[in-house]
Amino acid sequence: MEEILTFVTLTLAATLRVATPLVLCAMGGLFSEKSGVIDVGLEGKMLMAAFFAAATASLTGSAWAGVAAAIVAAEALALLHGFACITHRGNQVVSGIALNILAAGLTVVLGTAWFARGGQTPPLNDGERLKPIFFPVAGDNVLVYAALLAVPFTWWLIARTRFGLRLRAVGEMPLAVDAAGVSVTWLRYRAVLLCGLFAGLAGAYLSIAQNAGFSRDMTAGQGFIALAAIIFGKWRPFPAFGACLVFGLLDAVAIRLQGVEVPGIGEVPVQLIQALPYLLTLFLLAGFIGNAVAPKAAGVPYKKEH
Amino acid sequence: MSLVVPRSARRPLPRWVEIAVLPLVNVALAFFVVGIIARIIGVEPFDALKLLLVGAFGSSESIGYTLYYATNFIFTGLAVAVAFHAGLFNIGGEGQAYIGGLGCGLAVLALDSYLPGPLLVLLAILAAAAFGAAWAAVPAWMQAWRGSHIVITTIMFNFVASALMVYLLVNVLIAPGSMTAQSRGFADSASLPSMQAVLNSIGIAVAPSALNLAFVLALLSCIAVWVFLWRTSWGYALRTMGHNAEAAIYAGTSIRRMTMLAMCLSGALAGGVAVNELLGVHHRIVLDFPAGYGFAGIAVALMGRSHPLGIVLAALLFGALQQGGAELSFEIPAMTREMVVVIQGLVILFCGALVHLPRPWLQALFGRRG
Repeated sequence: MEEILTFVTLTLAATLRVATPLVLCAMGGLFSEKSGVIDVGLEGKMLMAAFFAAATASLTGSAWAGVAAAIVAAEALALLHGFACITHRGNQVVSGIALNILAAGLTVVLGTAWFARGGQTPPLNDGERLKPIFFPVAGDNVLVYAALLAVPFTWWLIARTRFGLRLRAVGEMPLAVDAAGVSVTWLRYRAVLLCGLFAGLAGAYLSIAQNAGFSRDMTAGQGFIALAAIIFGKWRPFPAFGACLVFGLLDAVAIRLQGVEVPGIGEVPVQLIQALPYLLTLFLLAGFIGNAVAPKAAGVPYKKEH
Repeated sequence: MSLVVPRSARRPLPRWVEIAVLPLVNVALAFFVVGIIARIIGVEPFDALKLLLVGAFGSSESIGYTLYYATNFIFTGLAVAVAFHAGLFNIGGEGQAYIGGLGCGLAVLALDSYLPGPLLVLLAILAAAAFGAAWAAVPAWMQAWRGSHIVITTIMFNFVASALMVYLLVNVLIAPGSMTAQSRGFADSASLPSMQAVLNSIGIAVAPSALNLAFVLALLSCIAVWVFLWRTSWGYALRTMGHNAEAAIYAGTSIRRMTMLAMCLSGALAGGVAVNELLGVHHRIVLDFPAGYGFAGIAVALMGRSHPLGIVLAALLFGALQQGGAELSFEIPAMTREMVVVIQGLVILFCGALVHLPRPWLQALFGRRG
């Protein structure tokens, strides 16, 4: 009995650890998508933030300076995304892909030039990382709690404030918001900046909390899994949080199931479990499990007519 | 929302400015930023450029490698461009090339002890195209019949393809007794002749390189794509759909069928990467051979304005960057090969998302009034 309890506790803790960057990223993405700006560049923002967090923490010796640098880095990419998509009405998907590729290259180029370790940052010691607060085994550092708080905060901001109402309106029908005398541009910029804030925290978590340093491509598709979670949660904070937990659980289970015979099924390929978030989202998108309806104006640049 | 031709033509630019000057300004902006980044990491941009040019074109061997890399860029650039013309954004080139490699490899592995070389190679090329097309057909079907957004589905299909290939290579296709996750080697008859062998047989001596006949196949594909898009009624319908879907419906085009056609063609073209890499160089199925070419195809297509001629030029540039960048990283260790990835990202940004940025400047310079 005790064994099962330990197993369950450890798996839950692992789930939460894996889900934290997904949750932060998904909440950030929600703001952007709700305002009508598609963000496939979550991956790139997170990667860039992870690099600058580790680089700064290593140079200054302060984890908090790392967190600040992560936010600045992610916000820089967020502003670039906004400049291309909101100000210049460029294609949002093209811009997101560009930022992903740019981040994948730039982190390695800068990392190699500054640290000469093949794109990695120097390993961080304990003082330069965010440490667990209450339970050392569970790895419950401050960003895990930030992720848990981010969900009700996102819900409250989107569903219960004037800003949230306008944000939702601008994602559905920007013309109406414009006609009411509210700036579509400024609303969308604020949404994109909120997105950068959360993606920055997610990146910092990866490199200075979960791991002890940056390694190339360390996001490994988690930005896209967060995107999948947003779709799976049908663009609502709590269901998206649930999706992140499910995807985190899958990951935690995949590690434990490696090479284990499951009674009645046989050995489950790890690759299948890793691909499950994507497969589930595809089934959802195909309309086999409910319907996922995006904000109506998502992906459409707004052009002021007068 | 047309991905091909920007249409904010309040004061239209002259045609030659639209075709020649605007794309060049976009590319120049991208490379200006590259120069700034080079300065930041302490590399003198023009010294680096000189080394890069020598590395890419300095000998017949380096030219061979430049063209070999360009081959992959042509295939993925064409793949993205065909979808662009239909108003579709295919981000799945990476996965389609990967699964194309599966088809190509399976055809050779199954038949290489029975069939003569030329027939085998032909079948393998067709299999690469067919598997690539099939991997694109599912997202196309999901878009056409179920209304799921093709950008999201093709991204997801990349990850699924990657997981599938790792599983197959680790558990199923792995050569007996091998420690590396790769298939057994193909029979010698199943390889595309190298360009060196072909040129030698007609009396031209060049240094050996990875360049093979897939380069010729890529050029032929360019011509075929041009003929299809601009000289056939299907190509016309496809482009109409990309410019104005409602007009296409009114003209009697089936959007669903055209979506399927465009995406299958796109996937088949992406499969060309597998022909170049597996039949031309590796001679076995290996992990991760698409190596980012699928994504780079977006940069190639945007820079080449989705026209086959533009794509060949853009692919040559990226091929030269890839080869020259590799040489450059030997000379200047601070300048890693990933600089090429940075350039790809910046080109997509400035030729794609920020394509309208220099328009007001050019309108002030060349704009016609009225």
